[in-house]
Amino acid sequence: MGSFDWRVIQNNLPFLMQGLLTTFQLALVGISGGFLLGILVGMARLSSIKVIYYPATAFVNVTRSLPLILVIFWFYFLVPVLLGRSIGDFSSACVAFVAFEAAYFAEIVRAGIQSVSTGQMQAAYSTGFDYRLTMRYIIVPQALRNMQPSLLTQSVIAFQDTSLAYVIGLNEFLHSASIVDAREMRSVELYTLVGVVYFLICFEMSMLAKRLEAKKGHGQ
Amino acid sequence: MLSYHFNWSIIWTEPYGRWMLQGIWVTIKLGIICWFIALILGIIIGTFRVAPFRPLRMFGAIYTEVFRDIPPLVQLLFWYFAVPSILPKSIGMWFYRLSNADFWIVVLALSIYTSSRIAEHIRAGIKSISQDLFHAALSTGFTHFQTYRYIIIPYAVRIMMPPLTAECLTTFKNTSLAMTVGVLETTFMSRQIEAYTFHGIEATTAASVVYMGITLTVVILLGLIEKRLAVPGLITRSEGGR
Repeated sequence: MGSFDWRVIQNNLPFLMQGLLTTFQLALVGISGGFLLGILVGMARLSSIKVIYYPATAFVNVTRSLPLILVIFWFYFLVPVLLGRSIGDFSSACVAFVAFEAAYFAEIVRAGIQSVSTGQMQAAYSTGFDYRLTMRYIIVPQALRNMQPSLLTQSVIAFQDTSLAYVIGLNEFLHSASIVDAREMRSVELYTLVGVVYFLICFEMSMLAKRLEAKKGHGQ
Repeated sequence: MLSYHFNWSIIWTEPYGRWMLQGIWVTIKLGIICWFIALILGIIIGTFRVAPFRPLRMFGAIYTEVFRDIPPLVQLLFWYFAVPSILPKSIGMWFYRLSNADFWIVVLALSIYTSSRIAEHIRAGIKSISQDLFHAALSTGFTHFQTYRYIIIPYAVRIMMPPLTAECLTTFKNTSLAMTVGVLETTFMSRQIEAYTFHGIEATTAASVVYMGITLTVVILLGLIEKRLAVPGLITRSEGGR
């Protein structure tokens, strides 16, 4: 049992920070891309047109039944075959995250839209609003408010999920810590650092989600 | 463009088919063991969080927040790489000599991570039960422990079945993390087949089908239990998280 030596973090700080930056980039792309695609898929899941409804439903159900690691490998193998060339670790991981998170965001969006009572829609129609106006001014604002806590919670999970890019050797935060560990043999210090950083970020975000949830309950 | 030659037979030819079966068996074993430990731990911690004793509530809150807010892979690598080096040497050596130490480290890491999520569902479930039920039980002469044992928990478990089903699915999917520490489960085996044959797409497809099969089985089995347990007129099946 050796004594702790926290200088290892100080000495490798630029490298670790580079990894953290990659993690943030990955999270940003995954969350924003996943949310946008999720809105489309979520609305498709509510569509009465079968050609739109069934593929969207199949996509959501299949993706949700797979572990993220597998989805990451999927794109890692599939994209080079489809395109005939490699697109690099980072892009491949981004595509995997967007696709994977979209399936989860889609369910939140669907539930959010469904949480608005149909009475609202009928009331809007009877006041002379058309479909577009009803969606824009009546349904979507309420749905978004209802969705807020779940969206934030899902974003926390998506942020945590970026650590899985480790499996394809992408240099995100966890992987860069493991590289430093391989060289310096300071597992305790390095993995504690990674844990603490993730904890601080995710804890803040989940506290915010809780506050939003409380506010939502208050408003109704 | 598509210069890839598909050869689906590699999935069932020797020795790859056998590898895959071994992987599936490990995945199922891991999932079931983790799920049961996590369920028991989660119920205990979840009850702590609504206990009338402040230190217990504090402990429960810290436990859930810490283990929920750190990615499971980070936790797994922490248990795998960091913890053995802070343990006294004799315990560390004993552990390393265990025949499948890797497997049990994954069980430890995943059970604790999942239990923190389950504890949150349990807490929410208990909170959703009206205080009247609680007072009624106490005034009938039940002790605090009995009230939980016979009234609150059986009721809360029913309300919590849908999210617990979702957590069970998550647990099975999370077992794929075990590949990072060299446990020979489904994802690891599909990677190994890819490494030997260069048929990544077929191997990954096979693994995907396995996970979909497991998901479907769990949904059907727990759906049956859910139906049997459901409190009439109270619960509709809700969509769970991951």
